[in-house]
Amino acid sequence: MNALTTMMALPLIGSLLIAIIPSEQVLRIKQATFITTLLVAISGVLTWIKFDSANTALQFVESAKWIPSFGINYAVGVDGLAIVLILMSVLLAPIVVLAGWNESEGGRWSPKVFYILILVLETMMIGVFAATDLFLFYVFFEAMLIPVYFLIGGFGSGERAAAAVKFLLYSLFGGLLMLASIIGLYVISGANGGHTFDITRLSELHTYMSSTTQNLLFLGFFIAFAIKAPVWPLHTWLPDAAAAATPGTSVLLLGVLDKVGTFGMIRFCLALFPDASKTFTPLILVLSVISIIYGAFLAIGARDIKRLIAYTSISHFGFITMGIFAMTSQGMSGATLYMFNHGFSTAALFLVAGWMISRRGSSTIADFGGLQRVTPIMAWSFFIAGMSSLALPGLSSFVSEFLVLVGTYTRYPVAAVIATFGIVLAALYILIPVQKALHGPTTPGNENLSDLNLREKIAIAPVVAIIVALGFYPSPLLNVINPASAHVLEVQGFTDPVPSESAGK
Amino acid sequence: MTFEAPVLHYSILAPILIVLGGALVGVLIEAFAPRASRRSSQLFVTVASLVIALAALLRVRNQVSVSAAMGSVSFDGAGFLLQASILIIAILSVFLIADQENFTALAAAVPGSEEERHSLQADLRVTEVYPLTLFAVAGMLLFPISSDLITLFVALEMLSLPLYLMAGLSRRRRLMSQESALKYFLLGAFSSAFFLFGIAYLYGYSASITFSGIQASIVGGSGNDVFLLLGIAFISVGLLFKVGAVPFHAWTPDVYQGAPTAVTGFMAAATKVAAFGAILRIYYVTFANAQWQWKPALVLIAIITMVFGSVVAISQRDVKRMLAYSSIAHAGFLLSGVIALSKSGLEASIFYLFAYGIATLGAFAVVTLIRDSAGEVTDLNRWSGLGKRSPLTASVFALFLLAFAGIPLTSGFIGKFSIFSAAYESGNTSLLIAGVLSSAIAAFFYIRVIVLMFFKDSVEDGTSVVIPSALTTTTIAITSAVTLILGIYPAPLINFIATFATFVR
Repeated sequence: MNALTTMMALPLIGSLLIAIIPSEQVLRIKQATFITTLLVAISGVLTWIKFDSANTALQFVESAKWIPSFGINYAVGVDGLAIVLILMSVLLAPIVVLAGWNESEGGRWSPKVFYILILVLETMMIGVFAATDLFLFYVFFEAMLIPVYFLIGGFGSGERAAAAVKFLLYSLFGGLLMLASIIGLYVISGANGGHTFDITRLSELHTYMSSTTQNLLFLGFFIAFAIKAPVWPLHTWLPDAAAAATPGTSVLLLGVLDKVGTFGMIRFCLALFPDASKTFTPLILVLSVISIIYGAFLAIGARDIKRLIAYTSISHFGFITMGIFAMTSQGMSGATLYMFNHGFSTAALFLVAGWMISRRGSSTIADFGGLQRVTPIMAWSFFIAGMSSLALPGLSSFVSEFLVLVGTYTRYPVAAVIATFGIVLAALYILIPVQKALHGPTTPGNENLSDLNLREKIAIAPVVAIIVALGFYPSPLLNVINPASAHVLEVQGFTDPVPSESAGK
Repeated sequence: MTFEAPVLHYSILAPILIVLGGALVGVLIEAFAPRASRRSSQLFVTVASLVIALAALLRVRNQVSVSAAMGSVSFDGAGFLLQASILIIAILSVFLIADQENFTALAAAVPGSEEERHSLQADLRVTEVYPLTLFAVAGMLLFPISSDLITLFVALEMLSLPLYLMAGLSRRRRLMSQESALKYFLLGAFSSAFFLFGIAYLYGYSASITFSGIQASIVGGSGNDVFLLLGIAFISVGLLFKVGAVPFHAWTPDVYQGAPTAVTGFMAAATKVAAFGAILRIYYVTFANAQWQWKPALVLIAIITMVFGSVVAISQRDVKRMLAYSSIAHAGFLLSGVIALSKSGLEASIFYLFAYGIATLGAFAVVTLIRDSAGEVTDLNRWSGLGKRSPLTASVFALFLLAFAGIPLTSGFIGKFSIFSAAYESGNTSLLIAGVLSSAIAAFFYIRVIVLMFFKDSVEDGTSVVIPSALTTTTIAITSAVTLILGIYPAPLINFIATFATFVR
């Protein structure tokens, strides 16, 4: 069986098994979920090892007819960009399950429902990155909203129902705009060589479109992805959703689901509509820069620790979008690596924040203080995660942020220069909560907080390890990403600007 | 002057005749069988005649004939598909109708009278609903295969008159039920008058009442176009009334709310198939060549219908009224399949009709289960917390709502995709955009119900989910399974429809 299909089937099988276990046996359900996600992660790593980075064609390809009369196939395959994101998703899943061992309790429904939803979601997360048929992609793109919706609304805290609805409505609206564009593409493909959803064939269609058509179809896709990513001004659902969801769900939401937006921009916006992408680049860069700066300011002003992380993500997604639309190979590689790194640094932040919150019973930053003395390991973990988020050299995010800025500067120096201020602001929005929560006098009520237990240490260790290791040695990932991103640009005729000699030549 | 004996193709007419025969047997049972044995014998006769009719229909599926009844009936693949859908929906509806809890004890008794009290005490049951159903089904079977205007009118009346009566049979809130029946009847009579008026104009235009004769005149172009336009307009009023398109929708919410829920389900699902079947035939076969004259008006009606239905549904507090407005919105979507005037439009419409009919029936079946001591509870506020009390019922209802909203992996998505792409393929961009936007609006109120069921705390006011009878369970199980299967693997049905869906001219 195809490696990707196997990876997608495993969580589904796991969820069926869990469905049989009686819901009272919570521990067994958790163990089954963890083992399933671990197996998926192992098969993900094996696939990663087998992936041939020199080959820019799609790999692990499988295709079967699904709805032949519409030209719809079940078609999967990965290039260097997709495999990196799949690897990130499958690595995060067991960590999330282990880290949030108890977060499924106290929800509206039994923990069984929680874990079934998580596993179904994992299948869709892999599928959405692996799909090489636009229709299949759309099915995963839309269907994965439903488990997330129930995860937020059923197991979150605070205004969880409202946040879940806001998330779903925003996403559905974007999804429907995209559906209109997909129908447009489908009809155009029918008029030019037969109905198809195969992305390789769709990427040749742009030559048949008028520029108006191409712009409109591009906007349908881009708005959907910009809501998902999220790009200012379509970001307002994210802080609510992230604050209401359980930490584990938030990790999957920000770490994986939002990446579908940025991944989609590369896979669909750039590949299918190269001319429209160029047309809209200035606008998108402006939005990205606003996201970077605005997200950072919101983060500086945040009082709630989960909201703070959500705002930092808006800023980071600004960097990713900017890197993508700079249309240089460094920008593209940097953006992809950024997606991977952001997954792990956000995971670290959210998971540690989740532990802090569950121990203290509050998510307000001001309620913490002096954690460095009381719970040194937890404090250090948060510190490292924070440093990764502000892209400290030596940690993984630095490499990607640097690449994005360099890649952008070669073509759009103004945007890159303004975006660089985002780094300065990042230092503020990370160091302020670090100082407030970890240092200073111990806030009354924090004296008896317990430090991380063994399970939590095991969960956070691989995240920190990846952050540090990739900071020093990003080549394993970049070796896969670089050929792929160069290929993406080359196929649609984007070229890197020729490096100019320094001024005064 | 010589008379020719009429030649009838009995094998093609068999399904209609069998259903009519069953209805007559039902009338005899009402007249002669002892009261105690009526219900079981009526149920048996009804289901048996519908099943035999379906079998008889399957035997003639490959026949094509324009002269099945002296040119008044033309049978073809599309007619077969529509008739089969009607019969399948009718069988499932009868299972709901068999749950007699919802029907008045004695329809002839004045509400609140001594007679009514007696009938309730004696625990009488209306069994005349079975032959009425069969009469309506016979009319519905004839409606989409009629090929002259007089037969079309007869079929229209034959399906409408029993429905007027059935709408007034509710056990609780009888005055409201009778009011809805009267309203339906009066407005229906108006629309029939319009319809007849249209027939007169078309006869004046073409000196013919057959579809082929009128079509020949339109192609010839010798007649007075004013008569043609008036004729098309008035006939459309009569037909659009039946499907509840704006501005001929006013009866829909009241009748849906007042009628016994099982009847509402039958009416919403089967009538829609029959009426859209007739609309498809008359527009595709007869009016297609005059499309420049009616298309703009019909596009406008379709757009208004979609938007109006979706917007007004938002403010509904009663689940049956909400489903009524949702059915109005869906009528708008279906009209885009009529306007497409293409083979793919016809296929998409038939798929959509079947999928929507099944889901609608299922949704109303679930509504019959939510009751308190005074009968069904249709106030949405009292549905809150249903997911807690009865997760399975709430999940099934949520599935139907997601299908209405057109979320992937449900039948509604495939239907929506195929019908919008057909509309866009034939150049109706405005329909695509309006359809997508009103889908986004519609998603809002479907999701609101899901929120209510799953994320709100339950109210303790005696609302409970009754244990469904075996027949109701069958209907719910089949409808939900079909909704899901058609969402995941629709290819067999789509291929089946594609093989058959043609109109004989």
